[in-house]
Amino acid sequence: MFKTKLIATMLASAFCAAGASAAWTPDKPVEFIVTSGAGGGTDIFTRTIQSIIVKNKLMDAPIVVVNKGGGAGSEGYVYGSAEQNNPYRVTFGTNNEYLLPLVAKMGYASEGFTPVAAMALDEFLIWVNSNSPHKDAKSFIEAAKKGDGLRMGGSQSKDTDQTLVSIISEATGAKFTYIPFKSGGEAAIQLAGAHIDSNVNNPNENIGQWKANMVRPLCVFSPKRMAAGPKVTKDMSWSDIPTCKESGVPIETYQMPRTIWLPAGVSPEVVTFYSNVMAKVQQTPDWKAYIEKTSQTGTFMAGDELRKYITQDTARAYSVFKREGWLAK
Amino acid sequence: MDNFSNLMDGFAIAFSFFHLALMAVGVLLGILVGVLPGLGAPNGVSLLLPLTFTMDPVSAIILLTSMYWGALFGGSTTSILFNIPGEPSSVATTFDGYPMAQQGHATHALTLAFMSAGFGAMFGVVVITVLSGWVTQFALKFSSPEYFAVFLLTFASFIGMGSGSAFKAIVSMMLGFAFATVGMDGISGNMRLTFGFSELVKGISFLVAVIGLFGLGELMQTMEEGLRFDGIHARIRVRDVFKAVASMPSHWMTLLRSSLIGCWMGITPGGPTAASFMSYGLAKRFSRRKEHFGKGEPAGVVAPETADHSAGTCAILPMLALGVPGSATAAVMMGGLMIWGLTPGPMLFIERPDFVWGTIASMYLGNVMAVVLVLATVPMFAAILRIPFSIIGPMIVVVCFIGAYTISGSRLDLWLALPFGILGYVFKKLGYPIAPMVLAMVLGDKAEDAFRQSMMMSKGSLAIFWNNSALVATIMSLAMLLLFWPMVSMIIRRLRGAEHGKRISA
Repeated sequence: MFKTKLIATMLASAFCAAGASAAWTPDKPVEFIVTSGAGGGTDIFTRTIQSIIVKNKLMDAPIVVVNKGGGAGSEGYVYGSAEQNNPYRVTFGTNNEYLLPLVAKMGYASEGFTPVAAMALDEFLIWVNSNSPHKDAKSFIEAAKKGDGLRMGGSQSKDTDQTLVSIISEATGAKFTYIPFKSGGEAAIQLAGAHIDSNVNNPNENIGQWKANMVRPLCVFSPKRMAAGPKVTKDMSWSDIPTCKESGVPIETYQMPRTIWLPAGVSPEVVTFYSNVMAKVQQTPDWKAYIEKTSQTGTFMAGDELRKYITQDTARAYSVFKREGWLAK
Repeated sequence: MDNFSNLMDGFAIAFSFFHLALMAVGVLLGILVGVLPGLGAPNGVSLLLPLTFTMDPVSAIILLTSMYWGALFGGSTTSILFNIPGEPSSVATTFDGYPMAQQGHATHALTLAFMSAGFGAMFGVVVITVLSGWVTQFALKFSSPEYFAVFLLTFASFIGMGSGSAFKAIVSMMLGFAFATVGMDGISGNMRLTFGFSELVKGISFLVAVIGLFGLGELMQTMEEGLRFDGIHARIRVRDVFKAVASMPSHWMTLLRSSLIGCWMGITPGGPTAASFMSYGLAKRFSRRKEHFGKGEPAGVVAPETADHSAGTCAILPMLALGVPGSATAAVMMGGLMIWGLTPGPMLFIERPDFVWGTIASMYLGNVMAVVLVLATVPMFAAILRIPFSIIGPMIVVVCFIGAYTISGSRLDLWLALPFGILGYVFKKLGYPIAPMVLAMVLGDKAEDAFRQSMMMSKGSLAIFWNNSALVATIMSLAMLLLFWPMVSMIIRRLRGAEHGKRISA
């Protein structure tokens, strides 16, 4: 008697779960947590997705975007993973989700999140001031080998920019004094004013200055050249920038994924729901316009493919952090 | 006069019924978020941002900038009435605004604040119109050593602020620097003074401190003194508004000086907060009524308000022309620009002149509208003071804590506001000035970053602060002069006094 009851209950609950899985949809406002300050790359990434979801009615529940960029974004990650089974907190970031906890004690663990999707890969370029004597990456690297080396600005400390600078030094023997600024935008202005020799900004962070001929790109850390698009300056478009590999810098690729996360405790149906929404977002013309305007590479990754990417990316960063002695004790 | 014809085109774009209606809505919403401490302009603008996604960029920026003006005005209201700054940049307004309200001159103080704010903003827009090309060139000259020099100048112009002991001011400022170091260090990426609290990684929010120090601290003192506001008996007459407006021309010197400071800090970008503090400090230094400052001196309201708004207005220019936001709110708007499909930067003026000049024209109209709207609200706000303290007191406590929580939705902030309240009370009892601590908390980490970046650039040589450019050398020398001025003037006085004494004895 007792046994049948138990089985019946189990069956019933199994059915319920199955019923719910087909139909999990948010029925109250969803928080989109931005792990950067307003105006930063992650902020624009998140708000673009929000505007596409709203415009195309891809989700019925309202969306509230909250900026929590304190502590290099860890504020957002702490908040996003605080309630382990809350499906109403979606966190937006980059690879800093799994890299930040490596370099400092952060108050959250990267295992506290489950990845939903990676929507784009942002590129990195070497930029110099337009009056700089270095016309290509090779002569730039040669110059950085001499004397005290060159001043390189970037966003934050021990983050993607400084990691890349360390990889360049390791691969070529060039010497750089890395100066951390609050944001890539600040590093862009410092370069335009010739206060630093170079930076490794993302395309979107320097495009305004490039258009005005204040700075010049030398090469891009991408396996192949970027998509053409319209001309940025009078005689150059993004596809005219050589890859760093073809200009003799032995680094094949360095990219930063734009990622979306949920707390690790939510059910797989929830993850599926959001990754389906994101898959739809990614097919809209507005999204394609965003990718083109910011000169990123549109790549959609979810599930096992994304997990594999994260493992590889972590491993590579780990070796750099270890060499530089940045790993948190 | 190329700019002038551009501006006229801009007016043609901005001057439509729809845009004027947007301005009115923006300003009113702005006043609302400005009045609530903690909500503030940056949060208000980011809440409104999704609404603009489907708008034309010109309409969108008009709505957002109008909200910004409204919030700047609203922030001054609570500073004057309750000693709770709604915005970081209106902290300096509390120094004399609140004493004026306590003495029953709330109407006078509010009107002065709004009028001088309007003047500052207008001055800022004119500067933007006339100098838009040159200003961007100037802003590019700023690097870390220049930033540090500007911050040092702000600190220096503020030394000797309180009439009390210099030692107490230094203690207060050093405590502020210590609070500013909490959280992640931007240069090394390491954690400092977080004691394992993950909420502290983002640092101690300056607003939490201000809500505690000013709002709660003040309440405790009021309770001790017998639960009453002196301002309660003041009659509210519309005539007072006009009287205050009529007294404006007598402050012409303060208005001009503060506008210049504001524009300088907005463009460079030291920001409105630094501008208002520096302007207050200098107004006091140059005033013949020095000893009245902090006790309800009208010029002490005019100075910070003018600078705050001219800086806030001028901050829009570097945002459009360089893509460097001069204030937190400008940063939010910049994000908006990108979503609307515009790239902030030097080319924006050439690619989308309709947008740029439409925005600038709307700043003229928006500010006039904001001044008219807030002046109309003065009697209403001043009437709040007539509510008995036993009712308004608890309401202020609630508003303070709601404000502390809204800043970032962190529960620890509620607990932090309390000790800051006690600290504020103790400081007042023992005669320690709060202002230096607040200033150090706002600018401390920025100054530190700028200093350390400069040291990295120069490989540890302090000479960079003099030989980097003529600009930095000038600012540094000015800062040093201001810093040591009390000492210099004291020595001069001593020498004179000694001579004087000798003559007497002889």
